[in-house]
Amino acid sequence: MSRIDFDVAHLLAGSLVLISFLELYQDRLYALLNVYALHALTLAASVAWQALVQDAPHLYVTAAIALVFKAIVIPVALHRMIVQLGIHREIEKVVGIGSTMLAGMGLVALAMVVMLRVTHNADPLAQEDLAFALSVVLLGLLMMVTRRNAVGQVVGFMSLENGLVLAATGAKGMPLVVEISVAFSILIAFIVIGIFLFRIRERFDTVDVQALDRFRGERR
Amino acid sequence: MTLAVALASAAALLALAVFAVAIGRSAAATPIIYGASVFVTAISLVAAAAQLLGAAEPLGVTLPLGVPWIGAHFRLDALSAFFLVVVDFGALGASLFALGYGAHETAPQRVLPFYAAFLAGMTLVVLADDAFTFLLSWEFMSLTSWALVMSHHRVPENVRAGYVYLIMASFGTLALLLGFGLLAGPDGSYTFAAMRAAHPSATIGAFALILALIGAGSKAGVVPLHAWLPLAHPAAPSHVSALMSGVMTKIAVYAFVRIAFELAGAPSWWWSIVVLAVGGITAVMGVLYALMQHDLKRLLAYHTVENIGIIFIGLGLALAFQTYGMPFAAALSLTAALFHVFNHSLFKSLLFFGAGAVLTATGERDMEHLGGLIHRMPQTAFAFLIGCAAISALPPLNGFASEWLTFQAILLSPDLPSWGLKILVPAVGALLALSAALAAACFVKAYGVTFLGRPRSPAAAAATETDGFSLAAMLLLAAACLVAGVLPGLFIDALAPVDTALLGAHMPPQLGVPWLAIIPITASRSSYDGLLVFLFMLMSGGLAAFAIHRLASNRLRRAPAWDCGYPDASPATQYTAMSFAQPIRRVFGTMVFRAGETAEMPPPGDTRPARLAVEMHDLIWETLYAPLANVIGVAADRLNRLQFLTIRQFLSLVFSALVILLLVLAVWS
Amino acid sequence: MIRDLTVQGAQMLLVLLVAPLFTGFVRKLKARLLRRQGPPLIQPYLDLIRLTRKEVVLAEQASWLFRVVPYLVFAATWVAASLIPTFRADLLFSWSADLIAIIALLGSARFYLALAGLDVGTSFGGIGSSREVMIASLAEPAMIMMVFTVALIAGSTQLSTVASFMASPAVGLRVSLGLALIALIMVAIAENGRIPIDNPATHLELTMVHEAMVLEYSGRHLALIELAGSLKLVLYVSLVACLFAPWGIEAAGTAPPTLALGAVAYLGKLAVGGFLLALFETSIAKMRVFRVPEFLGVALMLGLLATLLRFVSGSF
Repeated sequence: MSRIDFDVAHLLAGSLVLISFLELYQDRLYALLNVYALHALTLAASVAWQALVQDAPHLYVTAAIALVFKAIVIPVALHRMIVQLGIHREIEKVVGIGSTMLAGMGLVALAMVVMLRVTHNADPLAQEDLAFALSVVLLGLLMMVTRRNAVGQVVGFMSLENGLVLAATGAKGMPLVVEISVAFSILIAFIVIGIFLFRIRERFDTVDVQALDRFRGERR
Repeated sequence: MTLAVALASAAALLALAVFAVAIGRSAAATPIIYGASVFVTAISLVAAAAQLLGAAEPLGVTLPLGVPWIGAHFRLDALSAFFLVVVDFGALGASLFALGYGAHETAPQRVLPFYAAFLAGMTLVVLADDAFTFLLSWEFMSLTSWALVMSHHRVPENVRAGYVYLIMASFGTLALLLGFGLLAGPDGSYTFAAMRAAHPSATIGAFALILALIGAGSKAGVVPLHAWLPLAHPAAPSHVSALMSGVMTKIAVYAFVRIAFELAGAPSWWWSIVVLAVGGITAVMGVLYALMQHDLKRLLAYHTVENIGIIFIGLGLALAFQTYGMPFAAALSLTAALFHVFNHSLFKSLLFFGAGAVLTATGERDMEHLGGLIHRMPQTAFAFLIGCAAISALPPLNGFASEWLTFQAILLSPDLPSWGLKILVPAVGALLALSAALAAACFVKAYGVTFLGRPRSPAAAAATETDGFSLAAMLLLAAACLVAGVLPGLFIDALAPVDTALLGAHMPPQLGVPWLAIIPITASRSSYDGLLVFLFMLMSGGLAAFAIHRLASNRLRRAPAWDCGYPDASPATQYTAMSFAQPIRRVFGTMVFRAGETAEMPPPGDTRPARLAVEMHDLIWETLYAPLANVIGVAADRLNRLQFLTIRQFLSLVFSALVILLLVLAVWS
Repeated sequence: MIRDLTVQGAQMLLVLLVAPLFTGFVRKLKARLLRRQGPPLIQPYLDLIRLTRKEVVLAEQASWLFRVVPYLVFAATWVAASLIPTFRADLLFSWSADLIAIIALLGSARFYLALAGLDVGTSFGGIGSSREVMIASLAEPAMIMMVFTVALIAGSTQLSTVASFMASPAVGLRVSLGLALIALIMVAIAENGRIPIDNPATHLELTMVHEAMVLEYSGRHLALIELAGSLKLVLYVSLVACLFAPWGIEAAGTAPPTLALGAVAYLGKLAVGGFLLALFETSIAKMRVFRVPEFLGVALMLGLLATLLRFVSGSF
């Protein structure tokens, strides 16, 4: 594999990590959705590049799925959901941006160390892409943990899944069947979450997760 | 010969101390004692410099003092010679300054004897070659400096400062005692020569390093053992503060270097990680604390903590490179750290002298009551400006030269194979860069609020310039800062014998490099020429001034400052130290100090003033020191009951102790 | 030797003469993008000439430091700008100050300017100085981390070596370089006081950082400070061009016609940089002051991430 193949693959994987950081930085909901669309777009480009470099045409289908569903359909659907539910469009965070960024840095360092030590004997391109993919997964989890807004948590979950797809394509391809099933399960989870959001909104007039705690059975 | 001169000067200082007790109350005592100190330290400086620059063989001697069957060993090798140069240069400056400043001392008999004894103690610590002499001199140094901190004992905060200092100093000595005990081993060979020859096992070396870090580190001021430093350093008279911050903390660095690099054996993989982490945290915490202060001397004391952090970062890098067998990189890091030791003693002494001059002229240490002193004390302001620029690492002064070398050492570290270091070193590099930028902010605040602007109190408006000796000391140090910044190659070459002795390699010789530049690794990699940058700046500035003089109008008129149409005559409307630090307090302080501001605004029409309250917590004090002090207090109260037992209960205590010891003897084979 | 000296002198003169033109170019472009006519391209030159002819009005409590600072700031900025290769690498004095020294020179210019802001003893100067040091406390570390990344890739902190390495095919498309480029652009915007950090065209205290510090300056002093400001902007654009678009920077010992080609390439890069800057400034709004630390914190994190990646593996 030539130098330029390495570099472009790393560039795209690195951009995915960068965009995950950018998602952590956003505090307005529409901007977050746009950044997530960019995240999915970069994922599609990365998968397409892997398809080119590994000479695996089924990965083009994966890239197309990522492009159509994750970069276009889901952000548009979430956007309409926000408008319909009238969710207020500022994302409250649990801790400030500075601490979140520092935690993100620590997670990236951890992912690097773990992946590069554990996969000692593997092919360097796969190794480093896996390290980036684990970083994206951890950053997605961080987003879910530090957001009070349910839509923010959904976007974190989607970014996490993007990281998993990156990992799978980096490790010399993934059968199409698995990808389709994963994508559909995500879609179903998304529909379920959407239904829940509607119901929550009707009942409790808010989708702020902390406010929901007040209605739990046991008093704390 | 040089060792004899150094020992003789220490003896002369001790004799001076005794003499000062005798003549303490007379008016001539101050100039005699300080003048004699200048003379003695100058001679010692020449001897130490000769030993260092001549790269001579180490000299040792055993004097029949102290414990009869051991005696007192003294040695002057490259490392001792370098630190002796630091001590003597600092002492020279302080004694020169005190010739003028000491005249304002209200109780000279409480200061003079301990001052000379303090200088003697510091000299002896650096020369000591066995654990007894070392610890004896170390305790002597601590006690004399404690006496100096308590010299103005009617002020209640000085009493508290002395109390905390005594406890922390004793704690540090205890740690060092345990460390030396472990290194001496079961045979009890306390001489450093024996410790150098023995190769301690990894566990003993580990404990020795940790105990050295705690013991020497608490004297140097590493976080979290720094709590005594900002209390004790400002409480002492200003020339003593300069010595404590500029020189005594360096003696602690000497102790750490001696133990970590020479006596504790081959370093393990985690030693450098601990030292680097401690150094990085100390650097950032020190400067953040300093930014929140408005007492000038306390700000300078906290800033010492930051510079100690930078030195420990350099030492950590040297340990890392040495562990993985990269001696040239280790030499670069060690040179950077030791060069910073010298530079810091220069500019911190200069800054404390300036603070002392301001204190004598206005009677104020609080920056919120100062201002406009550049008009009243122009020479002091100029020297203080050089000190501020040097400490903020601005080229072409010396602070930048040592910081540049540290950055070059960091750039060599990707070759280190350890994963922990691969993650830690970039983080420490970011912390170092952050602390450098914050230090510049801190000194813009310190200089701007104290010297610039308009006077905020009548005392500041009536200040006068200090006397000749103080100015001479300050200008001497300012000139030394410029020389060290412009000729760093000289200092790198001077430190080469130290590197060779400790690490087995040294940096490439800088003497032959054209235009007096420094090339730490190779020319293609990096180089810096302080002299050329200085000349370049002079030339550009001169060209600009010439062009403006020729081509522009030279009319000038004085007028009131822009006030937006609302005439404000009160100097209270200008920025204060707390308001200058407000943006930084808001960015960093909310996380680090849990800083919060509450503003009470009365409703319109109400004539009450608005109030702003700033709340900050010293988290290290609250989580570490205060609970510990509480526990000790509670335990002491409980144990106090032992004083009120009956005779029968005392007897039964003695009896049970005897029975337990006999049992132990019976069971232990 | 003589040729090297002339090239160095030509470099110094070039950046000095081009700086006001660049400022005028950016202003004109911004005006055109906002559908205004805008001032003529040579307006900054006319402003400088007008300022040098005017009388200096000095506040009553200003000290000697206030009068010396414009020369100090100009000297530091001009020296820093002269050391960045524009049309030729291996300048005569480029080995005397590497990237870290250049950052420190800019830092010293800022130090003295912040002191001058506090000198007059009004609250405007205090606002400017305190905000400026807050911005600097995050921008400077971000810049140093960017320098680390570039130095670790190129194996040197010497700008000439870095420029020739970046122009060679050995560099490749690296992730850490991309991150470093973004960090450098963010820091450049912050350091030069452009939108979204500070508005160079305003004099309201709500939005002032740099303008507040120099509020009391007038006449020839203000001319020097404005020129230093333009020089700093050109410096940063040249730095981006030298590090990330080094094509056209000739090696040492090339003939004058090729050097002239290099100079034309440099002017072209300046034009592209100016266009992108004008486009960026007209398309976003200025941030609230306390969002700036978050912005710069991201730049610092990017720089740290880029350095970390370089430490972790040589192929990043």
